[in-house]
Amino acid sequence: MQVDVGTRSGGMADTGLLQGSGIIREIKAARIEFVVSVPDITTSEGLLRPLARDNSPRLIRVCKEDEGVAICAALAYCNRRSLLLIQHTGLLDSINAIRAVAVEYSLPICMMVGLLQKEPGVPPPQSKQYGVRIVEPILDAMGVAHHRIETDIDIGRIGPAIETAYAESQPVVLTIGRRPS
Amino acid sequence: MMRRDEVLKVLARHVSDDIVVPVYTTAFDWIAIHPHPLNYLCVGAMGLAPSHALGLALGRPDKRVLVLDGDGSLLMNLGSLVTVAEAAPRNFVHFVFENGTYEANGAHPIPGRDRIDFAGFARAAGYPSCHNFDDLAMFEKDIAALLRQDGPVFINLKVEPGSPPVYDYKLMHSEKLRSDFKAALNG
Repeated sequence: MQVDVGTRSGGMADTGLLQGSGIIREIKAARIEFVVSVPDITTSEGLLRPLARDNSPRLIRVCKEDEGVAICAALAYCNRRSLLLIQHTGLLDSINAIRAVAVEYSLPICMMVGLLQKEPGVPPPQSKQYGVRIVEPILDAMGVAHHRIETDIDIGRIGPAIETAYAESQPVVLTIGRRPS
Repeated sequence: MMRRDEVLKVLARHVSDDIVVPVYTTAFDWIAIHPHPLNYLCVGAMGLAPSHALGLALGRPDKRVLVLDGDGSLLMNLGSLVTVAEAAPRNFVHFVFENGTYEANGAHPIPGRDRIDFAGFARAAGYPSCHNFDDLAMFEKDIAALLRQDGPVFINLKVEPGSPPVYDYKLMHSEKLRSDFKAALNG
């Protein structure tokens, strides 16, 4: 279910681009203390690289994405906010952990997911990439809320989506549809 | 070779308000021996216990976190050894109960049974302190000092099953257990 959380552009015009600095501002404004990540080529330079240079949020590098689901779950029990930054292939690999830990235990696991090889401007369900096309239908089948972050105008969705996830103790996926600059 | 329930009884004497993350058969033995709201049973999926424990250790650096892992479970998430060593939480103690089987799933042997070296895996991954025990008296003699060490500490325990526990998965996955844990942790 793609959810409308009331977009706010944060004064950004829709340039057809996606600025990593804007995404990072939203992550920090949402009081994320830990970013847990397996590198993803879509978000590598525009997000992970600058996040790695920063001390806050603290970056925890994991070997496999399902580790990150568990780490974020445990942090939630400690009332500490976190974001799992991964590629859609890792999301698909972690379905059982997301099913059990995020969905069945109703935990606010916030996932930012790069869509590998998605064509910029093309909605994920219409991508030529099979792996990209199936992401939203799988999340819908699991009952996991998701939001598309494709251009700067979408960045305003990030904060409300994270706030809702924590307020309702439910997982959320923010798909990154193009490489942030 | 040691009996798991006897090892747990020794360990329980050294646990007070620590967070304990036990898995599968060990979990059912542990909660019978040491019922406590800071027992974290909600790992959700096999293999994820050390990852949950790492999150708890990072989120609550003021508390010691003990993970009571299984050998089959750890084999599902060997990368977690590297992740834990990299994060290097000082409040993290990783026990593995090595019985050579998937005890909760029909007691089939794990791959590599009797050939693999779990403490060796941990040492190679970067855990600074790794230990093996197959004798209860030695474990009883050393455990207090090991728990005083800065983590991450890795302790492999060669065990045979004790009395079969009651596998109460409804309890393990219950919402009440999770809410009690959160209340105890943040109360």
